Amino acid sequence: MKLVSKLAYITIAILLLVACSGSNTEESNGTAKGNKSETLNQDEVIKIAMSTEVDNLDPYISAATDTQSMMDNVFDGLLDTDETGKLIPAIAESYEISDDGLTYTFTLKEGVTFHNGSDLTAEDVIYSYERLSGLNGEEPLSSQFEMIEKIEAPSDYEVVITLKEKNSAFLAANIRPILPADYEEQSTNPIGAGPFKFKEYQVGQKLTLVRNEEYYDQQNIPEISEVQFIVMPDPEAAVLAMKSGEIDIIPGITPQGLLQLGDSVNTVSGPQNMVQLMALNHDVEPLNDVRVRQAINLAINKDIIIETVADGKGTKLGSNFSPAMDFYYEAGLEDVYAPNIEEAKSLLQEAGVPDGFPLELTVPSDYSFHVDTAQVIVEQLSQIGIEVNIKPIEFSSWLETVYQNAQYEATVVSFTGKLDPYEILVRYVSDYRSNFVNYDNKNYDELIKKAIAATDMEEMAGYYKEAQRLLTEDAASVYIMDPDRTIAMRSDLEGLKMYPIQKFNLEDLKITNQ
Amino acid sequence: MRYFLYKLSSFITTIIIVSIMIFFVFQLLPGNPAQIILGIDADPHQVAQLEKQLGLDRSPVERYMDWVAGVLQGDLGESLRYQLPVSDIVIDRIPVTASLAILSLFFTVVIGVPLGIFIARSDGKWISIFLNVLTQLGISIPSFWFGFILILIFGVTLQLFPTYGYVPWSEDFLGALRSFFLPSFAIAIGNIAIVIRYLRNTILDQSKMDYVRTARVKGLKERSILYGHILRNSLIPVLTIMGLLIADTLGGSIIIENVFSLPGLGNLLIQSITSRDFPLVQSMVLYIAIIVLLINFIVDMLYKVIDPRIRLKG
Amino acid sequence: MNLKKAKSIPFYIGVGLIVFLLLVMIISIFYTPYDPNAMDSANRLAAPSMEHLFGTDNFGRDILSRIMEGSQTAFIIGISSVTIGFIFGFLFGAIAGYFGGWFDEVISRFIDAMLAFPGILLAIMLIAVFNTGMTNTIIALGIMSIPSFARITRSSFIQYKEYDFVKASIAKGAGSFRIIFQHILPNAVSPILVAVALSFSGAVLSESGLSYLGLGVQPPDPSWGRMLKEAQAYIASAPWYVILTGLAITFLVLGFNLLADGLRDKQDRKA
Repeated sequence: MKLVSKLAYITIAILLLVACSGSNTEESNGTAKGNKSETLNQDEVIKIAMSTEVDNLDPYISAATDTQSMMDNVFDGLLDTDETGKLIPAIAESYEISDDGLTYTFTLKEGVTFHNGSDLTAEDVIYSYERLSGLNGEEPLSSQFEMIEKIEAPSDYEVVITLKEKNSAFLAANIRPILPADYEEQSTNPIGAGPFKFKEYQVGQKLTLVRNEEYYDQQNIPEISEVQFIVMPDPEAAVLAMKSGEIDIIPGITPQGLLQLGDSVNTVSGPQNMVQLMALNHDVEPLNDVRVRQAINLAINKDIIIETVADGKGTKLGSNFSPAMDFYYEAGLEDVYAPNIEEAKSLLQEAGVPDGFPLELTVPSDYSFHVDTAQVIVEQLSQIGIEVNIKPIEFSSWLETVYQNAQYEATVVSFTGKLDPYEILVRYVSDYRSNFVNYDNKNYDELIKKAIAATDMEEMAGYYKEAQRLLTEDAASVYIMDPDRTIAMRSDLEGLKMYPIQKFNLEDLKITNQ
Repeated sequence: MRYFLYKLSSFITTIIIVSIMIFFVFQLLPGNPAQIILGIDADPHQVAQLEKQLGLDRSPVERYMDWVAGVLQGDLGESLRYQLPVSDIVIDRIPVTASLAILSLFFTVVIGVPLGIFIARSDGKWISIFLNVLTQLGISIPSFWFGFILILIFGVTLQLFPTYGYVPWSEDFLGALRSFFLPSFAIAIGNIAIVIRYLRNTILDQSKMDYVRTARVKGLKERSILYGHILRNSLIPVLTIMGLLIADTLGGSIIIENVFSLPGLGNLLIQSITSRDFPLVQSMVLYIAIIVLLINFIVDMLYKVIDPRIRLKG
Repeated sequence: MNLKKAKSIPFYIGVGLIVFLLLVMIISIFYTPYDPNAMDSANRLAAPSMEHLFGTDNFGRDILSRIMEGSQTAFIIGISSVTIGFIFGFLFGAIAGYFGGWFDEVISRFIDAMLAFPGILLAIMLIAVFNTGMTNTIIALGIMSIPSFARITRSSFIQYKEYDFVKASIAKGAGSFRIIFQHILPNAVSPILVAVALSFSGAVLSESGLSYLGLGVQPPDPSWGRMLKEAQAYIASAPWYVILTGLAITFLVLGFNLLADGLRDKQDRKA
């Protein structure tokens, strides 16, 4: 019995020790924080929880939105965007577009330097754009830049770009980062001209950036000296970390998480220019019949989906466009198909499938948001006799079978925001490579063509609005919602803004003295 | 010696079979890694560029030969997703999984051994039946669910321990201990129950041995018989099942690391499977399998040393 | 009641748990308090009450009804994967044990190789290839349970092959088939029964782990592990969801473990 009691004693002692030391460390944390706010804010290190890992540090190779929103702080482009989606000058001081819409002349700011100290000149812009467009003789890295015919530099601070044909979408492409010429190590040690410098990346764990004291936009030199993006795939864990003060900002917090944090945090939230939809394959019977698609639209109650899946935090949509891009948004489409079971049934009757039909709904199983949405859809469509069968597949297979090969009947997915409406609406042009809905409407194709050639902004917006209306009338798919994105931050932080592209402008972040 | 050679040769053949199995399994995986890395909005140009950069345009046979040749030279290749040497990434993750394993083995021994002795001593009493059911319960509880319950009690309600992530040992020793406490305990619960049951059975078996009867006849006290003779003889077989337990702990940490968001090998494994990072998955699975086989091999040798009567086969 | 008899109490607890859950499963085929998939957005994450004994989940679905329906999945997965594991494991084990030599060597190495993947690692690898879903989960767990059946069958065969009555019938010129089924098999029944019970509990446990990782059973198929995955997000706001679902898994696994232990005890006492 002696040995047992001895061991038990030791175990209890260890337990106590650990528990006590717990309260000690918390106390010391508290005092450390107190000291900091007494001294200068400038030494503040901000820790931000990110749900995904960095895909590639080279901004031209990276495609993951999370990576781009983190690394956006390291890079600047010729232009930038404000919260409403309007383009504003960044490295470029001004720009001019010729009357025929083919020539873009950018005047660069003088005195802009890269993080390695070298000056940013027209040569760097040419290097960057040649890499993107493939004019350097290699594979082009972006189809947005393929339309470039030639780039010239009349002087060190002037760049003239000539396009192959008129394209109003090109301007927005100029937010892409400018990189130092002939620097080959972007993937391991990225260098840009942005407000933060890259410090280090610990794979799968954290990305550290430090303030760029030499930032050319002197008014916008960040208040915080260091940012650490901590990789936390589990949203629940991030919330608990924030609760214990180990995380300062959660960029995309779940409604449940917000509930747990309560009033202890500041928040900013709004639509994120994302479109969640139930895509319907028009090449599949009976989805090729517009009446059937309309019936499906009428049977699905988007409000309930928003309520249950997004805890009410989402904006109802009616077309493949989010109100986040106000200027181009056609309002009022979200109520065209107000839930109406009777009407839906009679439409099915007209279409010759009065008793409904079986429908296979392919869902990327790694996204619980979409899986949950699918479960609600199953319930709702059963009211009009459509027997939905959920087919979960991994996102990797989804990309191949659904997105690239269009081998599916219906699927639930979301498209993230783009700065130019063309990039969003081109998905439905009949000969577009990723038109996986197989939407085919000549009028629609025509509208997009007109929009791209338009030089007048109002006129262009008009075409895009009409295109959205067409998608709704043809019930091209079921457009569900733009889920709200909520940024939660420590109560003494403020200033972060929501942008129509996933951008996380940390120079906006201010520390208040509470 | 013959026994050693026989076991060694089967150890090596098994490793070869394992590596072939791993290779075949991962060749069958659907999905293009470049597309997955870049996501839904990737430009086809970007995808093509990345495929070339990653060497995915070469045939699977070529890639396999490279892998095997590399492994033989100690080079495990480069991760597709991180574009870093596999060994660098894995080494980064080892401290977490190793800490979990060590701490949970510590729990297993510190809690399992005394309780095992206690239960053996209570054999034949009513309480032993209750304790028997209790240990079965320990084996039956899903470790990740037990993790939830620990989080609920100690993390959310009492707020004694952190419920996610970890602090490196070098930064804050007690902080690290606290962060590994709950997950290690969640992994250990099943193993504790196994040790208790195993120890109880061996102690009871040993008590029926002749030497114990002799000792009793000599008039030795029960307590000194137990601690002086029985226990010493019972702990050796328990040591040998530690091999099994280490393997179990490695398996258990795959799930538990996901429950507690710990950046260990298990966490990395699940992520690299979903992102189709072949070189990383292949090498990690191979690592784990070799560790397990090595432990089994050592245990076999231990058995032989302890009990030379083990026949060549059987 | 004396202590000797009382020793069987755990065994009966196990049988009781299994019978109880089996009854729940059978009832759930014909009746659940609510439609397990019916959503009620006005009544989300409701705490247990007289209306919803186990409360509701994040869609407002009745948790009791879903746990009841989930029992079907648990039994289907347990029974099917044990069947797969038993058939192939027995076959390989019998060949290895009866014929010995090279057969034994090859099969044993393969079994060793499979056992080198700890815990559910093998199942995770197989799922990565087959993709997720109920059928694939069954196949993966079935393959995972092959080694234990093969090992037990092999050692029983090796053991009984040496017995006089078996040797005698070999000498009489009886065919392998007859020897296996008439002489060896009846003697190997009890260790195999223990293995069946253990594999069943192992399969249920592994399924819940896989589904928790999002790699096992997928909605709309109800699964306890999947429910736990969904419940994890609400661990602080709806703890009953996590607790009750996990208890269902624990009881089923415990039932089969106690059964296996009891069987082994009886077998030991006979021996």
